[in-house]
Amino acid sequence: MATLSRADVEHVAHLARLGLTEEELARLEGQLNHILDQYAILATVPTDHIAPTAQTIELENILREDTTRPSLPVEAVLANAADTDGSFIVVPPILGSE
Amino acid sequence: MTDLTRLTAHEMADRLRAGDVSSRELTEAHLDVAERQNHGLNAWLSIDRERALAEADAADERLRSARDARTSASSELHPMLGIPVALKDLVSVAGGQCTAGSRILDGYRAPYDAHITEQLRRVGAVILGKTNMDEFAMGSSTEHSGFGPTANPWALDRVPGGSSGGSAAAVAAFHAPISIGTDTGGSIRQPAALTGIVGMKPTYGRVSRYGIVAFASSLDQIGPFARDVRDAAALLHAVAGRDERDSTSSPEPVPEGLLALAASDDEAATSLRGKRLGLPREYFVAGMEPGVEARVREGVAALEGAGAIVEEVSLPHTEYGLATYYIVAPAEASANLARYDGIRYGRRLGEGRDVLGDYLATRGMGFGPEVKRRVMLGTYALSAGYYDAYYLKAQKVRTLIKGDFDALWADGFDALVAPTSPTVAFRFGARLEDPVSMYLSDACTLPVNMAGLPGISIPTGLSDGLPVGLQLIGAPWSEARLLELARGYEAITATAEWRTIEPTDLAALDEPGTPTPAERLASMAAVDR
Repeated sequence: MATLSRADVEHVAHLARLGLTEEELARLEGQLNHILDQYAILATVPTDHIAPTAQTIELENILREDTTRPSLPVEAVLANAADTDGSFIVVPPILGSE
Repeated sequence: MTDLTRLTAHEMADRLRAGDVSSRELTEAHLDVAERQNHGLNAWLSIDRERALAEADAADERLRSARDARTSASSELHPMLGIPVALKDLVSVAGGQCTAGSRILDGYRAPYDAHITEQLRRVGAVILGKTNMDEFAMGSSTEHSGFGPTANPWALDRVPGGSSGGSAAAVAAFHAPISIGTDTGGSIRQPAALTGIVGMKPTYGRVSRYGIVAFASSLDQIGPFARDVRDAAALLHAVAGRDERDSTSSPEPVPEGLLALAASDDEAATSLRGKRLGLPREYFVAGMEPGVEARVREGVAALEGAGAIVEEVSLPHTEYGLATYYIVAPAEASANLARYDGIRYGRRLGEGRDVLGDYLATRGMGFGPEVKRRVMLGTYALSAGYYDAYYLKAQKVRTLIKGDFDALWADGFDALVAPTSPTVAFRFGARLEDPVSMYLSDACTLPVNMAGLPGISIPTGLSDGLPVGLQLIGAPWSEARLLELARGYEAITATAEWRTIEPTDLAALDEPGTPTPAERLASMAAVDR
């Protein structure tokens, strides 16, 4: 199975939106490769004709009436946001911030 | 005078109904010891005395009016009415903190009650506070909490297991008679084993997870801790059942048998007669401590002595469980934890100049090392080019693991009996440097989550003075039978000497100057280096 290079670790950290220090990246490179070594055993299991299991109980789709219901008050929803303005959540610039 | 904290919940319920004790007295007794001893145990992340006493007074009012009605009104009261309970700090209680053991949720206040919180309020249980846990339930020792580790009341320099270590330690130390945990790969059963109490993971879908902080959504399940089987069953009864806000919660009826387990040991023991139990040979894994294996084999012999038919069986894909779990769980976690972006809730770190920079800073500094490791693993396993090799492969092997169990249910086994944890409680720091050694703690529990089955850990004696757990595993929705078997085992070991032994280090928790678990971990890590 694959081995992760330092560049791979940096790439995955970026995908995961984790800002990691040099020290963390170095430590993770070793640890992730050690863990991936343990995964190698799975390649030995024949699974060509086996269906994947995503969840274990056989529930059919569960539907409910599509009716409006009271939701949480705006103040309650916004109470945990880091930055708000009236009934809005303030987000840092997404475009043109470079 | 009786120490009220030594009573089981059903003993408390009897006294409450007789008017011999009030819920306020019970609640105060538990709050007092929890507040006094938390410095040395760190089982609690928050204790809300005011709210708990208000709930206790409301419970006392309900008890009083039932008594005044003089009819059968009191028999309709739920056994959890007026009983103090601890909740793992990932269960939402409106207006209260809910950290999930993570600094990223420091300061967050839950805007609504979880389904199980509503259920507990409905039956009138008294919520004492919230308990410590591995960050986002990722861990087997509670050392990965962002708020310092929890100690094991049996040995304060050892872990209580995890991730629900605070809920387990609180019950073992008599800070609460019952508590709630969650189990994704063993996080209820393993800490129950390591602290000498009962802990059950119900069938996937048995309890609604609405209002619970998610870790791995195809595996997570809520369940009870207690010091005896009847209490665990009654707490499960209170929280179980269909809730339309969790589409994975099942319409399967909650068995009323959960409240009808035999009180008499003689009667309970008869339930073992003729039961067919499988003993999976693969669960006696390499690295299992001889003392643990001895206690488990003695437990199996006791079951046979009581008339159960025990047959050695094979679950041939067990050896792939660990690798499968450590792909599926991190993959699901990496998706679930994407929501912690510092925008809508949780801490926001960074300079506020651009959204990507804030994400990186918030998540990079807000999450602890184990969470970052799992998010990295999961992101990698789901990333382009690796999805088939890892995640899809793991889901296929999961089918085989589940199939192993299904074959035994089809063969007519009533349950399986196995060790819960291959070792007793380990010392602080012993497995922190090597994630793979920590992951091995759950080798005997995580296949049960992979297959969505109910499992229970019950005490089965001591090895070197530390508790050992016996695990019973059942077919889907067989909680009532599993609890009946567990109650039977409890009955046939009721007079065993080890049952009279209380956690060794309880007295040390009252000594002035007892170090905090964080201080113990720091000093032991220093010794190791």
